[in-house]
Amino acid sequence: MKKLVISLVLVNLLAACASNKPAESTAAPADGATAASTKAAPAAMTGADPLNDPASILAKRSVYYPFDVDAVQDADKPVVQAHGQYLAANPDRKVRLEGNCDERGSNEYNLGLGQRRADGVKKMLMLSGAKSSQLDSISYGEEKPSASGHDEASWAQNRRTDIKYAK
Amino acid sequence: MRVIRNILGLLLLIQASVASAVLEIEIVGAGEKQIPVAVVPMGGDAELSRTIHEVVTGDLMRSGLFRMVDLAGKFLSEPSQVSYADWQVRGADALAIGNVTALPNGHIEARFRLFDVVKQAELVAQAVSAGDGQARAVGHRIADMIYEKLTGTPGVFSSRIVYVNRKGENYRLIVADSDGYNEQVVLAQNEPIMSPSWSPDGSHLAYVSFETGHAAVFVQSLYTNQRKLLADFRGSNSAPAWSPDGRQLAVVLTRDGSSQIYLIRPDGGGLRRITFSGAIDTEPHFSPDGQHLLFTSDRGGSAQVYRMPVDGGAAERMTFGDGNNYSPRYSPDGKGFVFAHRNNGKFYIALQDFQTGQMELLTEGGWEKKPSFAPNGKLVLFASEARGRGILATVSSDGRVRQHMFTQSGDAREPVWGPNP
Repeated sequence: MKKLVISLVLVNLLAACASNKPAESTAAPADGATAASTKAAPAAMTGADPLNDPASILAKRSVYYPFDVDAVQDADKPVVQAHGQYLAANPDRKVRLEGNCDERGSNEYNLGLGQRRADGVKKMLMLSGAKSSQLDSISYGEEKPSASGHDEASWAQNRRTDIKYAK
Repeated sequence: MRVIRNILGLLLLIQASVASAVLEIEIVGAGEKQIPVAVVPMGGDAELSRTIHEVVTGDLMRSGLFRMVDLAGKFLSEPSQVSYADWQVRGADALAIGNVTALPNGHIEARFRLFDVVKQAELVAQAVSAGDGQARAVGHRIADMIYEKLTGTPGVFSSRIVYVNRKGENYRLIVADSDGYNEQVVLAQNEPIMSPSWSPDGSHLAYVSFETGHAAVFVQSLYTNQRKLLADFRGSNSAPAWSPDGRQLAVVLTRDGSSQIYLIRPDGGGLRRITFSGAIDTEPHFSPDGQHLLFTSDRGGSAQVYRMPVDGGAAERMTFGDGNNYSPRYSPDGKGFVFAHRNNGKFYIALQDFQTGQMELLTEGGWEKKPSFAPNGKLVLFASEARGRGILATVSSDGRVRQHMFTQSGDAREPVWGPNP
């Protein structure tokens, strides 16, 4: 168990380092992924799946966006990278990425924006080592809001990509 | 396929149960010049007469172009009983009378006459027949005749509208008469339904359904209810729009990256990509001559309306200035387009003329989206909000007359006005 915790801390540190680099530098997260995946793999083999650890960064399954933006924000990059590294270490796991938007915009425009959000997360997961075959990306646009208010507090909750693991 | 058939069985049951749903209608504003018209309830079958009178007067008043003249207890149903002087005194410009009977087989037969009180002449003498239970349809056809004779423009009361009703996680695709009555449920499910689109002859709907787990485009016959999965590529498949000749649809796919516009035949063949922007290109709508598409794109950094030739070629930006613009649709005469304009936290319904390039706001702003023209170009149907619910609304294309239609429950979304029958 102690080993698991240490390896998770390492993953977090590596991911945090990577996210401090400029967004254009795609090489850094990839390096991080290689290093981290070697650490993450034994954890999976021990049977204690870090995915089930509420203290793990992997417990975070959503990333959030400003209005009309589809790029993963710096604050959420470590989360996406950690999931990418986990998927690289666990090639039989699959995820579905669901892009969502707030209600400002047309339904169709938001469907397109939500798809870009989900596809952006998919690309970042692949840069972190996940395989395309493990990933499916879809959009709900503004059709499935998680918060129903018509204010910024609700909208902020609804501008989101959910990372959903297949059971 | 078997799953789809089972769903269809369910749908037919649902259709029967909500056909009597009633809407509440509010009218705001009035036309510049209202024509005073006396509509006398028809002679003959009292119940049919009552329904037809309610439909005819409701249609005419909602258009904002007519004022109902007080009948002061006067009843007549035969041309020999018409005294022009009587109706001139009451201030009527036109007088409508008639008779209606229910035939033994249930069919409805109405004889209808319209008189010009000022010129003292008969304008229309017409028999209208319809099937059992179609009294409202008879009323809409009579209202269309009155509207056309007195305004010179064809009426749209016999046309239908489609919209999505969302109640919690239940989504229903509904086709109704132009006044919102006579609802028919085309599809009911627990996954979202979006972007219904009428075929030019009104026989089919294309729409987006999430029932396969992501946005996919279906085409469904309104006569047989038979459905076909038209576009189901990876990612999102959406925004179907029929060409005016019905031989192809524009759809939006993300299978090659960001949302791009493609053409596809109604049988699913001949798929061809026509935009190559890498931005979000969506909500295509064909010009009435079938030569151009209007669409929404964020290629310039924010959502705006663009126009391009259907055969491909350069897109031209149509909207400028502050705010974002979405959901463009050509006017039936092709001279302008309506769209949703977002600025300072509000959505407005806006109209723009191609020649002047000037944007005109038709509404005062709120949460107003997804406009579409009535077939005669005189009214615009759109989605709005009131009392915390999504509702249907119309505004006359001069912005003067607005009406709100409240469905019984849930949110009404994504309305589109269908073609005339």
